[in-house]
Amino acid sequence: MARVVAVTGNEAVAEAMRQVNPDVCAAYPITPATDIMQRFTGFVSNGKVKTEMVLVESEHSAMSACVGASAAGGRVATATSSQGLALMWEELFIASGTRLPIIMTLVNRALSAPLNIHGDHSDGMGARDCGWIQLWSENAQEAYDNMIQSFRIAEHMDIRMPAMVCLDGFIISHSIERMEYLDDAVVKNFIGEFKQLNPLLDIEHPVSYGPLILTDLYMEYRRAHAEVMSKVSQVVLDVAQDFEKISGRKYGLFETYRLDDAEIGLVILNSAAGTSKDAVDVFRDKGIKAGLLKPRLYRPFPYEEIGEALKHLKAVCVLDRADAFGASYGPLFMDIASGIYPYKDRPLLINKIYGLGGRDYMPEHAELVLAELAEVAKTGRVKTFKEYIGVRE
Amino acid sequence: MKPRGWKELKPGAVVTEPGSAEKFKTGSWRAFRPRWIEENCIQCMFCWAYCPDMAVRAKDGKRGEFNYDYCKGCGICALECPGKKGKKAIVMEEEGK
Repeated sequence: MARVVAVTGNEAVAEAMRQVNPDVCAAYPITPATDIMQRFTGFVSNGKVKTEMVLVESEHSAMSACVGASAAGGRVATATSSQGLALMWEELFIASGTRLPIIMTLVNRALSAPLNIHGDHSDGMGARDCGWIQLWSENAQEAYDNMIQSFRIAEHMDIRMPAMVCLDGFIISHSIERMEYLDDAVVKNFIGEFKQLNPLLDIEHPVSYGPLILTDLYMEYRRAHAEVMSKVSQVVLDVAQDFEKISGRKYGLFETYRLDDAEIGLVILNSAAGTSKDAVDVFRDKGIKAGLLKPRLYRPFPYEEIGEALKHLKAVCVLDRADAFGASYGPLFMDIASGIYPYKDRPLLINKIYGLGGRDYMPEHAELVLAELAEVAKTGRVKTFKEYIGVRE
Repeated sequence: MKPRGWKELKPGAVVTEPGSAEKFKTGSWRAFRPRWIEENCIQCMFCWAYCPDMAVRAKDGKRGEFNYDYCKGCGICALECPGKKGKKAIVMEEEGK
């Protein structure tokens, strides 16, 4: 029987890790992810898991140790945020290029400077093209469910890629919500035994990791990586189908909310999608056909499926909780624009930057955006393509 | 060997064949070629020990000919060679001369 609990997002992630019982975890504390590994090291100390816990001196070392443990043949997990992810930068590429299915929770937090510890997607967006799979989560339940599914996705023999599970710092990581835990045995059975691929510790079959690949083969390895990424969507859907059988909860590549017959729509990631859905309801009650799309699998980005889901709308606003300095538009906007670009008849697109450094995103913000979209849809004209909302002049 | 296409690669560039570096012949990198002068050789085996590759053949504790498939021409063997009575047993000569 599933257990109904009231827990924080971090507590839910730590519980998923306890149930998975990875072989090795190497981590370094950073707010707001600290709480996950703090709880998990408690499980290690109390004998609740058999994990080899490696307390390292930095995130650079944390990911290095994860790379080594994964190449050795272990099931490996870690967690970080913001500057910690930034410090892992070079190892992120080594983990993905070496095809190591490491699972990392990323509790999304703003990047310095100025120093800020709150919810913001700048960290995850910076790492969006490092070859990792990224699953984004609206709430504690989704973070828990994504954690469990991510092991199956990353460790799939056709994939073998590292995966990040993203959730909003503080807003989700430190807020208590009602959610459901699966039984330990159900999780254990769902993720299955870890299957090794060319483990370094198999001394009967010696292998070498990290060879020098120069001009004659590097491009072929990159092409092969892209091919693997193109197979991820199907695996995510297959795993989601199996997950529905054990949980009753349905997941796809993205979630749509009242979108099928919508004329205007919001595209937004993670916790702010919940607030936005309420605003969509307010507009529906007024007889305005509003809808919402919330990406879940952000890398690899399902361009075709999202383009197909949005192409019938008249006007769409993409809301970014990260700016892209010098690129004009936010990162999510640019991906959505690419998704709808192939269609001759496509919605008008605007971009709003919101909630940086944990700035509150309120229902009235979403309602203002929807009111503007209704106007854009009616007139067919856009006044400003990119604006900041909730910022003081 | 035909260059491999992207569909033929091992995941993560992992090398699963032990000792396969033997197949990678680096002799073409050489600009200077070591020549062994056997009458000046005292069989100290310094060249064999110092060679950063495996380009000095040895058998039964005796030095053999260079293996030019792997010798990159670094010249360490010639530098370390004590020779006999002031005469080097290894000299470096420019390739192609």
